[in-house]
Amino acid sequence: MSSGYLSLTDADREEMLAAIGASSVDELFEQVPPGVRLDRELDVPPALGEAELVRHIEELAARNVHIGAELSFLGAGIYDHYVPSVVDVVLSRGEFLTAYTPYQPEMSQGVLQAIFEYQTVICELTGMDVSNASGYDGMTVAADACFVAKHALPDRRKIVLAETLNPQVRQVVKTYAPGFGLEVVEVAHTNGTTDPEHLAAAATDAAAVLFQQPNFLGCLEPAPELAEAANEAGALAIAHVDPMSLGVLEAPGAYGCAMAIGEGQGAGNWPSFGGPHYGFLAARNDFIRRMPGRIVGETVDADGRRAFVLTLQTREQHIRREKATSNITTNQTLLALAGLATLSWLGPQGLREVGETCLALSQYARERIPLEPVFDAPTFKEVAFRTPVPARDVIKQARERGVHPGYALGRDYEGMDDVLLVALTEKRSAEDVDRLAVVLEEVCQ
Amino acid sequence: MTGEETSARPDAPLIFERSRAGRRAGRPPRPDLPVPELPSSLRRTNPPRLPEVSEPELVRHFTTLADRTFGVDTGFYPLGSCTMKHNPRVHERLAGLPGFRDLHPHQEDDGAQGALELMCRLQQMLAEIAGLPAVTLQPAAGSQGELTGLMLMRAYFADRGEERDTIITADTAHGTNPASVTMAGYKLEKVETDARGNLDLADLRGKVNERTAGLMLTNPSTLGLFDEGIEKVAGIFHDAGALLYYDGANLNAVVGISRPGDMGFDIVHYNLHKTFSQPHGGGGPGGGPVAVRERLEPFLPVPRVVQEGDVYRLDSDHPKSIGRVRGFAGPFGVFVRSYAFMRAYGPALKEMSGVAVLNANYLLARLRDAYDLPYDRLCMHEFVLSARTLKREHGITALDVAKRLMDYGIHPPTIYFPLVVPEALMIEPTETEPKERLDDFVDAMRAIAEEAAKSPELLKDAPRSRPVRRLDEVRAAKQPVVRYLFDAHPALVG
Repeated sequence: MSSGYLSLTDADREEMLAAIGASSVDELFEQVPPGVRLDRELDVPPALGEAELVRHIEELAARNVHIGAELSFLGAGIYDHYVPSVVDVVLSRGEFLTAYTPYQPEMSQGVLQAIFEYQTVICELTGMDVSNASGYDGMTVAADACFVAKHALPDRRKIVLAETLNPQVRQVVKTYAPGFGLEVVEVAHTNGTTDPEHLAAAATDAAAVLFQQPNFLGCLEPAPELAEAANEAGALAIAHVDPMSLGVLEAPGAYGCAMAIGEGQGAGNWPSFGGPHYGFLAARNDFIRRMPGRIVGETVDADGRRAFVLTLQTREQHIRREKATSNITTNQTLLALAGLATLSWLGPQGLREVGETCLALSQYARERIPLEPVFDAPTFKEVAFRTPVPARDVIKQARERGVHPGYALGRDYEGMDDVLLVALTEKRSAEDVDRLAVVLEEVCQ
Repeated sequence: MTGEETSARPDAPLIFERSRAGRRAGRPPRPDLPVPELPSSLRRTNPPRLPEVSEPELVRHFTTLADRTFGVDTGFYPLGSCTMKHNPRVHERLAGLPGFRDLHPHQEDDGAQGALELMCRLQQMLAEIAGLPAVTLQPAAGSQGELTGLMLMRAYFADRGEERDTIITADTAHGTNPASVTMAGYKLEKVETDARGNLDLADLRGKVNERTAGLMLTNPSTLGLFDEGIEKVAGIFHDAGALLYYDGANLNAVVGISRPGDMGFDIVHYNLHKTFSQPHGGGGPGGGPVAVRERLEPFLPVPRVVQEGDVYRLDSDHPKSIGRVRGFAGPFGVFVRSYAFMRAYGPALKEMSGVAVLNANYLLARLRDAYDLPYDRLCMHEFVLSARTLKREHGITALDVAKRLMDYGIHPPTIYFPLVVPEALMIEPTETEPKERLDDFVDAMRAIAEEAAKSPELLKDAPRSRPVRRLDEVRAAKQPVVRYLFDAHPALVG
């Protein structure tokens, strides 16, 4: 049976083989030595027609409990913000969906211009001068930023991570660091936030200091003081920020950071069991020629018309090879364009309103939920509560009542087995928080 | 020629130029609750200048930009080494099922059994295709798969107490290979290609020693040629205690025909966005799973997807693991699409590769007398022509040929790569093209070769039918303007 994705008729095949001067398709593979050929059929399940395929995969999807099937307060890095319908316009256009990286600018002005607009939006959110065209996710952009720091400060061999930085971000940095010749040091939190003095002590001789705002425990860090501590030690201050917070929270560029990075998912991408999403990486102008990944720039065509093109390509692997600023080729363009559509749909006022709704709901949750908040620091959209029994048990019992109450911080932090991290986006309502409060009351008795 | 003249096309405004103060599209929910005051040091001072647009203008904006972009859905896209095949639309429907799209990655394993089962089944099929037993789905793209593979080598040799610091790559390698070698902290050594396009075994024997950690090789190579000496190559590395890494960029040529594990490779990455039809999305997302031999399995990234009876779970308890290379268990939406693609073919995946190779050889047969052919062999799924005679005789370069193809409504092939071929045109038709589109391409390429002799100005002036003509790329790099600067935006135009 020939797949419907193939387009040749039997007559086409005969004609084409005749033009080649071969008698069969097998003959075309004569260059493959007999010793390395597979002499049997692939042992994979039999082919399915489209209708059967849809049925099979729908059955798999139905075995998951998605956000719409529970009242979910899960966050911890991936958030259930509203994805507007304009995102469908971007994702459903075959020109965006099925184009490759825009190496030939005359064929790709639309996607190049959209990336230029995305870069502008990221710069505006973060207060930075330059953004790349996106990275894989909020974790790998942290490793990319460390690679930039290593080359910017080649005599320094240390990276400092706040312990309140997303654990998966820290894990990825630790995986990459040995190859970069960098040592990783972590700074413990003090009552939910990072003490600027502890950070300053660790930052001596460091190439970069990474912290997160709002941090993984839900608390707002004294971010300007952390950046200042890094700067005084001569290290690059790198803030990992939530794009959906930046309508109400200060931009990293305004408090002295060298780079701002983050997970873009909350702005325009569905949770999708962890991906694909986009990471963003923006920096001050000083680092423009050390940036990893693609960058789109503006120029003119032969008639003086405005046009866009991949630029500063001498940083990149296809030109610079072993001296490149990263090995990235494929990035996350389509997801980043969904981010552009979402942030354009919100505008400055909508983004501020999302932030205010998150702030209001998290404050309401602190008051309404019959558990003690663990930390005193102000919060944005996540609050850590102390549970009387292990948080994992609370989650299990609450889910039996149709509510997923949040993330068990004991998964990542020693001594936090009784801490539940509750996330509140603008998609939750005060009534949803009331329901969560009732269920937690029941299961925590 | 197709398309209207560039001069007849209107310019596309930036989204910021469509913006008017006070206009808006989205209205987020605003519960009737007090908004707590933020400490002044943390509060935003200057709001971000995001676009202020209504939904109708926003939709028009993206429609305009889509109209100015060329995808596989628009027409023939023979971009060598990128495998620009048709992307079945059912994949978008499936990846968008609420049970997948709205599944939180921190959901407890018992609430994600369908997703975990899909990943487990995908791993099994990928393992069968590579001929290697253990698979991680985590890497986000081919280049991250490469880096993961090199980290696996480092962990493997460290575990054995061996100090090896050098990776060998071919002179035909993608730029990602040497860049990944540097990022992994290895030294790079290059091996040459012989006159038939195979690795030069004499050169190789002189370079492999006890300091060699491994080889990174694309097979078929970026010349579109299967390395006829691959068994000897594998022997040279294995005899020296080194490992072989298979760059899966060109796997589309050999699925079901020859397995990297059977060729002697120890580590393989797949490009799900090439071979297994994740749409390229204008530059991403991708997926770069990695398969390995048993002895490398303890070092694979965590978390891993494992099956215990009828139950699936994520497992991070692997003390020798290199750790985590990206967030969560990988780009799950990509897995849904690639799984669907493989299930639609079943064992006929072999036919997919057979037709990809047939299409490429047909184009080669019909173009070999119009352009230079640096390696005169049957090709695999792609082949490399050279425009060096056109350059010598008429001053026409590979770039000119590429730009002129645009006026025929065809996306250019990859040009100036691989580096070992001057004026290279690297052509990969893929299996999904009908014969008529292949013939259109042949006609266009032959017409362009004639134009090069008779009216070279048509090529030098091309394209004339795209939204813009050729760009001043030097200016873009020398005076970078990489974001809109509002009132301070430089007036480049004119």
